[in-house]
Amino acid sequence: MPKTNRKVPGINASSMADVSFLLLCFFLMVSSMDTDSGLARRLPPPPQTEEQTSVDVQRRNLLVVLVNAQNETLVQNQLATHLYSNEDELRGDGGQVSLKDVVKEFVLNTQNSPVLPELTEEDFGAPIGTVPVTAQHVISIQNDATTSYKAYIAVQNEVVRAYNELREEGARKYFNTTYGELTDDQQEQINNLFPQRISEAEPKNYGGGQ
Amino acid sequence: MPELNTASMPDLVFAILFFFMVTTTMRSETLMVKMKLPNASEVQKLEKKSLVTYINIGAPMDTKLGTGTQMQLNDRFAQVSEIQDYIAQEKASMNEADQPLMTVSIKADEETRMQYITDVKQALRQAYALKISYSARQGEN
Repeated sequence: MPKTNRKVPGINASSMADVSFLLLCFFLMVSSMDTDSGLARRLPPPPQTEEQTSVDVQRRNLLVVLVNAQNETLVQNQLATHLYSNEDELRGDGGQVSLKDVVKEFVLNTQNSPVLPELTEEDFGAPIGTVPVTAQHVISIQNDATTSYKAYIAVQNEVVRAYNELREEGARKYFNTTYGELTDDQQEQINNLFPQRISEAEPKNYGGGQ
Repeated sequence: MPELNTASMPDLVFAILFFFMVTTTMRSETLMVKMKLPNASEVQKLEKKSLVTYINIGAPMDTKLGTGTQMQLNDRFAQVSEIQDYIAQEKASMNEADQPLMTVSIKADEETRMQYITDVKQALRQAYALKISYSARQGEN
């Protein structure tokens, strides 16, 4: 065999820097993307005196959402009572009115029904103007001691979904765009129009739990 | 004009790259409780990580410690009664201007009994940490 002195060609590594820069950028982005997400709530301040714990709310202004130990949900106002036995029924499967629609009708009271929250005229500034709203409505979410967290979050989620849809509809009606595209001030206006009035009551033992 | 020798550039960039690869997988605290967050479709992202305090609730990873619900604050297990001190400590480490904006993220396993969550909520009320967030994963529940 003839002895040849062939030179091994070198690999062109000049693009290596570019490739690794791309990877670096990717990891830089990913590291800040890992943010926590959740349902934001505001707790009431701790009671200063014993009497302060209860606030009188007119019966018509109250929508009680009860989640029991079997993770069933009972929704009750002066108009009607609904019982949902699982999460699918909460969303309207199984022929019942979904919790979301119950909440929306409760908050809007489009028919000015005497068993739904009272409507009061309020000014929200241009372009909404003075419109009747149910400023006093309260959605009270109550749970049993052995209710599972999952069921509780599912109920919370449906209530928040109802509010989000109302705000979305409000944005369409008054600003002719989606809620997400409004400016901060406009979002504030819509939020004032449909404020989330959710009360998380003190725990009660309704029985059924161990 | 002499050209700049950039032969060591890829090595340098790789070094930074590895640093980021390692740090992204590291958590700020090692999780000692097992949790499967509940799903929710209407979640909001928590802005400004420095304002968020976490409370982890779930069964311990170490099965020797039983399967009961435990709470982890920072790097150790704690009782509900210790929340007030923990919140006060976290608040003190913040800027005074940021303190009212403090958010407590409750990261609880979906099988947790509401009794435990309620106790935690009551403790948070007492500690004046009123902005809370029920941590949930984005997705259809």
